[in-house]
Amino acid sequence: MTNLTSRSKIVSNKKMTFWERIYLPAILGGLRITFGHLFRKKTTVQYPEVQREFSDIYRGKHVLKRDDEGRERCTACGLCAVACPAEAITMVAAERKPGEENLYREEKYAVVYEINMLRCIFCGDCEEACPKEAIFLTKEIVHSEYHRDELIYGKDVLVEPMDPAKRIDVSKRQTPEVLAFKQNKKFKHNR
Amino acid sequence: MAIFILYKFLLASIILVLSLLVAMYSTLIERKVAGWFQDRHGPNRAGPWGLLQPLADGVKLFFKEEFMPNSADKFLYILGPSLTMFIALLTSAVIPWGPDLVINGQAFPLQMADINIGILYIFAIVSIGVYGIMIGGWASNNKYALLGAVRASSQMISYELAMSLSIITIVMMTGSLSMRDIVAQQQGFHWNIFYQPLGFLIFLICAFAETNRSPFDLPECETELVGGYHTEYSSMKLGFYLFAEYINMFISGAVMATLFLGGYHFPFIDKLGLSPNVFAFVSFMVLFSKITFFGFIYMWIRWTLPRFRYDQLMRLGWKSLIPLAILNVVITGVVILLNK
Repeated sequence: MTNLTSRSKIVSNKKMTFWERIYLPAILGGLRITFGHLFRKKTTVQYPEVQREFSDIYRGKHVLKRDDEGRERCTACGLCAVACPAEAITMVAAERKPGEENLYREEKYAVVYEINMLRCIFCGDCEEACPKEAIFLTKEIVHSEYHRDELIYGKDVLVEPMDPAKRIDVSKRQTPEVLAFKQNKKFKHNR
Repeated sequence: MAIFILYKFLLASIILVLSLLVAMYSTLIERKVAGWFQDRHGPNRAGPWGLLQPLADGVKLFFKEEFMPNSADKFLYILGPSLTMFIALLTSAVIPWGPDLVINGQAFPLQMADINIGILYIFAIVSIGVYGIMIGGWASNNKYALLGAVRASSQMISYELAMSLSIITIVMMTGSLSMRDIVAQQQGFHWNIFYQPLGFLIFLICAFAETNRSPFDLPECETELVGGYHTEYSSMKLGFYLFAEYINMFISGAVMATLFLGGYHFPFIDKLGLSPNVFAFVSFMVLFSKITFFGFIYMWIRWTLPRFRYDQLMRLGWKSLIPLAILNVVITGVVILLNK
């Protein structure tokens, strides 16, 4: 019969020798181990002073991108909402009116775009599903709130600011590898 | 005579403040050491290196709600922690903290009372100490507290026997019960630990049990008894219980240093030719570092060994330590007789 695990140990019920029965050597061994820990490097990250390094592709709060001319990229196609396994995304679409060409990139846009941060599991499927490169996850952390409805983020929180200086950089998430992955016809979402 | 009373009063106040201060900072050191043993930093937010942490803890305890269970016996409920604290502070009276101070040609001993039954006094006081825990646990009218109290009393009674038996050998060697004489005999490097290693080991183990420190912290083991005897206590009454434990640690460290590690003696320190008062101060610091060493051992053991099971505790006490202590007494007696 093969072993289920390579770490199993054979237990023996042999009588302990006198040396083992007085326990003192074992206790001293234990003391030696704990003493060694006194001089180990501490694992603590001293939070407010030292911040832990985030991965470039950390999946935090979402952002709804604008294009270079400051127009919202989102066309309210609803693919993100379909892709979302937690069903956290809802949106209401509307038609762009004449004179709003500088606000919205295409004829259709999202009047309401809400992500329920209590439901969101930060999997990043929405950004993978998005055909317009409109939604991305950022390094920003979603903070806790006192009321549940404060955690349903609308467009006021999600859309990135118009000011070019305050734009959120997602170029790290758009490397050629990521792009190739997004266009690879091998995957169902690209077919 | 007035000067003498004033001096004793001053000394008593200093020792009182010192033990309270040491106990206060032991809580911080305990948490720091615990952190280091677990690859953490320990508290470091209140003040530099967390030095204000004990103050913060004290303030917190004072501002906590003073809760008393409805069915508790009011008088005994308050008596419990008070007694524990009182007893913990009493023990330091017979410990010689250093050689005599000399002021204007008059010697002032650095010891509260050099009574000729010093060790006996310590044992008497320590035995009363269990009443604080027992009364407190019983008066709370809570089954966890009662279980903790029962465990505390049986544990302390069991280990007191082995403790006193291990001390008898010291008394046999010294021929005196006075703490001062015992320290005087260990001058230089004639420390009792080299003559009585087994006695020291037994005393050390029993001291862990008497102070309810891990691995003998069954009276308050939070994993099965919530908080043991102090389950129903809150605010500064709880603080008294916790505080008394640290004072007990300090005092038992002092007793162990006095009985086995030569008290305030250190080899060659009396050959330095220091003036009496400086010498007294240096000797006191020697004693203090020995106590600190024991304090560290207490914490070291706490973060190394898991708690005993109750039957293991009783077996160790009655079946191992007491026979060993008796054997030690017999061997010491034979050796003393042969050397006569």
